[in-house]
Amino acid sequence: MIPYLGRRVMQSLLILLGVSLITFALLYLLPADPVRQIAGRSATPQTVENIRRQLGLDQPFVVQYWHYLMSLLSGDLGRSYIQRSEVTELIVSRLPASLLLMVGAILCELLIGLTMGLIAAVKRGTTTDQTLMVASFVGVSAPQFVVGLLLLYVFAVRLGWFPIGGYGTWRHLVLPSLTMGILGAGWYARMMRSSMIDVLRQDYVRTARAKGLARGAILFRHALPNAILPVVAMIGIDIGIFMGGIVVVESVFGWPGIGQLAWQAIQRVDIPIIMGVTLVSAFAIVLGNLLADIVAPFIDPRIKLR
Amino acid sequence: MSAGVTSRPTGAATSVGSPAGRSVLEIAGLCVSVRGEDGEREVVSDLSLTLKRGETLCIAGESGSGKSMTALAIMQLLPQPAARISSGMIQLGEIDLATLNERQMQRIRGDRIAMIFQEPMTSLNPVLSIGRQLTESIEAHTDLSSAEARRRAIEALKAVRISEADSRLKQFPHELSGGMRQRVMIAMALALKPDVLIADEPTTALDVTVQGEVLELLRDLQREHGTSIILITHDMGVVAEMADRVIVMRHGRMVEEGKVADIFARPRADYTRELLAAVPRIGTGAGRQDLGQTIPKTLNQVALVDDLHVGFDLRGGFFGQVNRRVHAVEGVSFSIAPHETLALVGESGCGKSTTAKALAGLVPYQGDIVIGGRNLSGLGRDERKAVRRDVQMIFQDPYASLDPRMRVGDLVAEPLLIHGIASKQERRERVATLFERVGLSADQMDLYPHEFSGGQRQRICIARALALRPKLIIADESVSALDVSVQARVLDLLKELQREFGIAYLFISHDMAVVENISDRVAVMYLGQIVEMGTRDQVFSNPRHPYTKRLIEAVPVPDPAKRRPRFARLDQEIPSPTRKIGEPPPKLTLKDVGNGHLVAAS
Repeated sequence: MIPYLGRRVMQSLLILLGVSLITFALLYLLPADPVRQIAGRSATPQTVENIRRQLGLDQPFVVQYWHYLMSLLSGDLGRSYIQRSEVTELIVSRLPASLLLMVGAILCELLIGLTMGLIAAVKRGTTTDQTLMVASFVGVSAPQFVVGLLLLYVFAVRLGWFPIGGYGTWRHLVLPSLTMGILGAGWYARMMRSSMIDVLRQDYVRTARAKGLARGAILFRHALPNAILPVVAMIGIDIGIFMGGIVVVESVFGWPGIGQLAWQAIQRVDIPIIMGVTLVSAFAIVLGNLLADIVAPFIDPRIKLR
Repeated sequence: MSAGVTSRPTGAATSVGSPAGRSVLEIAGLCVSVRGEDGEREVVSDLSLTLKRGETLCIAGESGSGKSMTALAIMQLLPQPAARISSGMIQLGEIDLATLNERQMQRIRGDRIAMIFQEPMTSLNPVLSIGRQLTESIEAHTDLSSAEARRRAIEALKAVRISEADSRLKQFPHELSGGMRQRVMIAMALALKPDVLIADEPTTALDVTVQGEVLELLRDLQREHGTSIILITHDMGVVAEMADRVIVMRHGRMVEEGKVADIFARPRADYTRELLAAVPRIGTGAGRQDLGQTIPKTLNQVALVDDLHVGFDLRGGFFGQVNRRVHAVEGVSFSIAPHETLALVGESGCGKSTTAKALAGLVPYQGDIVIGGRNLSGLGRDERKAVRRDVQMIFQDPYASLDPRMRVGDLVAEPLLIHGIASKQERRERVATLFERVGLSADQMDLYPHEFSGGQRQRICIARALALRPKLIIADESVSALDVSVQARVLDLLKELQREFGIAYLFISHDMAVVENISDRVAVMYLGQIVEMGTRDQVFSNPRHPYTKRLIEAVPVPDPAKRRPRFARLDQEIPSPTRKIGEPPPKLTLKDVGNGHLVAAS
């Protein structure tokens, strides 16, 4: 276990290094000039040059990247060009909101997706199964901003059950989590269904029935833990998809997380923030996958981490 | 519950008709039908049988005979929603099982009728501990506390002779061997002392020496508890070994019923006679002329394998370095002459299939493989491909080794296509000839694999192997998956082809009786090495290595009059071929004990 973790952490660091290099290079090659954005349209060429030198943007790429990397090692993500504050602080202040949203979304997708998949598998071939699968297909294919606006219209504007936007109470959390979760729920429902159908055909399920166990015990003790494994692996990958979704959903619901931060930064070519958010997202994805791999042996004793 | 236990001496069927022989289970007019694409089809028709207390009733038959469906019908575990009991009754004591609903049936299953299945590797849940799987059925049927259930579970494990039962409870199925898993299954089934135990091919997936132990165990437990057993099997050897009474089934109907001695000595139905005639028996292969001695050693060998090693590295540690190695094949040497059949026998994991794969070029190896006088390791890619044309393979599972989306004619023509031989028209003609040669008709060429039976598919595989006119055919358990009657015909075909084309066979099998029927020479493998090699007569009439002796003794004899006394129990598991790097297994040296009969010093 310890050597495994050591190796995985090393691998993760290398991945993060790669992500930082690629993002940095892409932003360097970007035709949009951050200095122009900062200086404004009326600035003289002299001012522009001064700002450029101040920010160190006149240096060659390798030097710039090296400086960035060095400060990164001391935990410094640099200063925002526009907001005049530390990127680390900005991200730290907004991260809890995004994490909360992510937890809410994962709960929604697991709760809705797994339940739907389970019922569909047990009722395989019936109208219930077909209805659930059509629903999951809609969930998978509907764009998030459409789902978000639809939920807002029905549950906030028409019914008034939940606030229209903002952040603070659990009521604020429901609609954004649902919006994020519905996409994943569709995937999980389909995956759970096929995984469960496969497991229900296994010999050990027949053995369980031959022992005279009740339906519930067969389903939840024997079938579910076997069926859920591929889903757990999926959660790790899902965090990557969340990071994309968070930008859209936080904008729709005015949720003060890093998604909104990223959106503003992209509009203003605020490179340090874009870099910071990208790295944090990459870190979350790497961590999510690592956690999924670590959890797997607890569900399936045949899996050994080495 | 075990009041009427009959103490039954092994080798005789005394419980039938004895005062204790009250019936436990009665089936009358049972019909099971399965709904398919073209309507309902009966898979069990009008079956009636009686099972008496403490007796073993064997239901014997080939695939598709309805024997497993009968078992599943008794348990009400027929595959849903396609199959159902269409009529008949299944009387357990005063209860007609066919009329019970699911909830009532749950109380019967596991408690009064228990069942064990063929595949011990997949019949236990991989994510639950042995203990959990044992106690849950006890808890489901009794009011025992979890501590008491645990005690019962330990007792049950001890009853099936599992050592250190206490600590075994914490283990998971993948930590146990196949034989151990089947014993756990038996422990689970017998923990609640059921009236009836249904065992559906309980030893078919096990190695022959393990099979002996498991059968022995079932007999002992039956004697202790007085359980009635319905044993479903295709193996007439197992029937002869275990049964008091036998029911022979075919196409869903009972063909014959009788005491085991009568069935074997005086079969009344033609089908039973055919079935018994097709069973391979050790001692009948002697009719075949012994080529082993007539072929001089100097003759050109088709294939020569010298000091073959195949290992698989396992990685571990911080940087994922290689730290252990599976020594699958360790210094195996043999040669095969034209017209000759060399059999490679041994139990699962002994390296026989890996040896074959190395010879066919499917795994990397060390050592020398010389085919038709050319050493493969010295050749370039194209030359190697050309040499390999002379070696073809027939695999075990005819269902899995044919691409379901290709027409069988194209499948047989594929080797010709790969090696760029013949024009399209010529290929078709050659395939047609091949089809006829292996006993199929040329107009079947445009059909797809699923339209053929298992035996026919294996014929297609043989035709494919023959397409390149190879000098050597490797048959890896090629008849193991077939019913005995089909098996006998396929073996005959192989022998005919050998006479006609002079093909040499490397025949890999775990079935000693089949090997005795087809081979000229035999090599016995154990843990990656050959422990004994010689002509068929040398190995079978005068086995010298203890492992060879065990293998031959373990084969159930299809004759109830020759029931073995007790089968020696193996007290330890077969050691693992996985070893640390730098610690290769000790090498065995083969000694000639006369006329080329090689035996490892033990």
